[in-house]
Amino acid sequence: MISNLNHDTHGTAAATTPPVPAPPPPAAHAAGRAAAISRIVEKHGRRPARLVPILQEVQEEFRYLPPDALALVAEKLNVAPARVFGVATFYAHFAIKPKGKHLVRLCDGTACHVKDSIPILDAIRRRLGVDAKHPTTPDLMFTVETVACLGACGLAPVVVVDEQVHGSMTPAKGVALVESIVAKEAA
Amino acid sequence: MKDATLATRPVNEKPQTEPHAKQRRVIVCAGTGCVANGASAVFQAFAEQIKAAGIAVTTEFKPEAGPELRLNESGCQGFCQMGPLVTILPEGILYTKVQVADVAGIVAQTLVAGQVIDRLLYTDPATKKPCRGVAEIPFYRRQQRHVLRECGVIDPGCIEEYIHYGGYAAARKAFTTMTSETVCQEILKSGLRGRGGGGFPTGRKWEAARTQKSAKKYVICNADEGDPGAFMNRSVMEGDPHSVLEGLMIAARGIGADETIIYVRTEYPLAVQRMKQAVKHAQRLGFLGTNVFGSGLNLSCEVMEGAGAFVCGEETAMIASIEGHRGMPRPKPPYPAQSGLWGKPTIINNVETLAHTVRVIKEGAESFRQSGTSASPGTKTFALTGHVANTGLIEVPFGTTLREVVLNIGGGITDRHGKITADGFKAVQIGGPSGGCLTREHLDLPLDYDSLRSAGAMVGSGGLVAMNQKTCMVSIARFFMDFTQRESCGKCVLCREGTRQMLALLDDIIEGRATGETLALLEKLAHAVQKGSLCGLGKTAPNPVLSTLRYFRDEYDAHVIHKCCPTGQCKALAKPSIDPAKCKGCQACAKKCPVGAITGERKQPHVIDPKKCTACGTCADVCKFDAVLGV
Repeated sequence: MISNLNHDTHGTAAATTPPVPAPPPPAAHAAGRAAAISRIVEKHGRRPARLVPILQEVQEEFRYLPPDALALVAEKLNVAPARVFGVATFYAHFAIKPKGKHLVRLCDGTACHVKDSIPILDAIRRRLGVDAKHPTTPDLMFTVETVACLGACGLAPVVVVDEQVHGSMTPAKGVALVESIVAKEAA
Repeated sequence: MKDATLATRPVNEKPQTEPHAKQRRVIVCAGTGCVANGASAVFQAFAEQIKAAGIAVTTEFKPEAGPELRLNESGCQGFCQMGPLVTILPEGILYTKVQVADVAGIVAQTLVAGQVIDRLLYTDPATKKPCRGVAEIPFYRRQQRHVLRECGVIDPGCIEEYIHYGGYAAARKAFTTMTSETVCQEILKSGLRGRGGGGFPTGRKWEAARTQKSAKKYVICNADEGDPGAFMNRSVMEGDPHSVLEGLMIAARGIGADETIIYVRTEYPLAVQRMKQAVKHAQRLGFLGTNVFGSGLNLSCEVMEGAGAFVCGEETAMIASIEGHRGMPRPKPPYPAQSGLWGKPTIINNVETLAHTVRVIKEGAESFRQSGTSASPGTKTFALTGHVANTGLIEVPFGTTLREVVLNIGGGITDRHGKITADGFKAVQIGGPSGGCLTREHLDLPLDYDSLRSAGAMVGSGGLVAMNQKTCMVSIARFFMDFTQRESCGKCVLCREGTRQMLALLDDIIEGRATGETLALLEKLAHAVQKGSLCGLGKTAPNPVLSTLRYFRDEYDAHVIHKCCPTGQCKALAKPSIDPAKCKGCQACAKKCPVGAITGERKQPHVIDPKKCTACGTCADVCKFDAVLGV
């Protein structure tokens, strides 16, 4: 267990994984997006006090918070875009960059950390060719994140893939988990 | 049971204290831990197999125990390490690590033939004897479960069952036979102190808000349990959500509030769902809404999800977040009890604190004071994790010693392979990123607010992480500093920049760049951050560093002066080598080395090529002879 020293290093495994060409981002249906945001803002009575839950619902809709969506929320709530942007960037839960289809979250809470969670993170990142600064694969299939604590400390170390909790992980098990999703997606 | 009958008998005046004593029950733990290990499939398998065996079964709660078997899912039973857990009543048998394949056997042998399956029982590692149930398992036997009493027994999704065991009687008492003043008086007399970390007397907080003249007041339940390594609140919300809601109602009555908010951490989806469901059910029965218990008072409750900011656990930051802003703290006074949410008197109480108030009102302050110490009365839940044999959720009276918790309830310290070692104990980290370390010399220290503070630690919310001899304390300090540095909201310069610089100094130490001045600078900076920060996050952020410096100075010195990590955990300082005297030449390490750095003839001592070695530690993991040194 050595903290976060080699988070940013690409291992050899990354080089052997063939780079997948990035598909074009899904076409933004501007009108549909505006309608969805309107619906969410209206549901909360256009109250700026509801900004956090509004952004949560917007993110649920688009998997992240696109800049134009933030501007639209600000306009509908009649508050400065800076406030909306400020809140969107303050909380860890909000993403202003697109996330992958599959979200791999490695718990790095104290219990998981003392049970060697970082080597698991390194192994998964190496397999997918991502790092702390670029957590999402170019094909938008995976995003790899750490989370402070998932409260499943009894099962440490823990990896959560798309809300499914996997306990007592090892680097090999973590990579196998990712492999199984890759295989499923390829099928 | 229909709604109409419940409305006429909303609370149970003669509550059952024991679960249906004679009813045959199968309870499958559905806490986060057990679900991750496959509890949902086990539950399904029970439903099918019991039916297939021709046993009449119900998953619904019925106030009068019928002849049929009751099968239900419960909240966290605490013994997460051994999950999925299945409890069979009335015998009180606890089966551990139950898999789908075991279910048919349990139905045939235990439910039909009345035999106990020894293979699925927990074996006490000390006596090597299988334990039939919670009464025999040291992990449970040594606890005193009040807040957690119903967790793991009742169906958390069923308000009727909560009522059946006496639920909402305390809230009704507070609303119908007590006044705001007497509620506050009772809480004051109980000596209950906030379970969220600070340990401020709850009664004084309530009294301060009660005496404010304002038509509008708020109660907020702080369920933003952000300490890494702590999951007590999650378990209570998942296992017994109505106890939290009832406590919230009592608090609202105590200060005269008509609006309450439960601010839950978004990382706990199950807790969010259970709390929302509990609120809905309470509304359906009229416990929330207008004219609560016929008192003429109104009460509403809303569940709000946080968005992943540790600082929002601080009262004023949480208020800012609820008001739709960045969660940044503001200076106190005015205290929230004077001017809180929307400028109105507001109290913010932790989940566990609220759950305790139910017992205080139900049984009285005197009864509450029976356990714990005079300055720290009552019980406290702890999340016991790390290198202990039994990890899980526990509840013990204040004043219990660390030895009792870690070595007896926890079952001893484990090594990196999970084996119990007699002298493996190195330290316990308590109180999360605000807390500190306790060492061997503190094993007989009573766990209470004041003793811990004098030892340079704190109760905190109750995260208790045990660490074995192979844990590097400098790395642990760095881990917490990395956490607080990332979670600093950025308002106070010393917290924002100071924690970053402290982290850089710790990195210097871990990576071998530290000089003779590093430690002095680190200490100086730590005190500056303490002094120059507005809220608890910054004020306590240096604690893990100061506490490890206090108790493990020699370990810091080894890193700084000798450029070596005594535990071999710090990769940059690690110089792995193979002890030729111990190496049997089995080639296990050479086969597993990911970079091919280990060479040697079969049955001859092997060597590590330092140029190729990445100090990953794989060789040490696979070596059966402990021949690998320095990692």
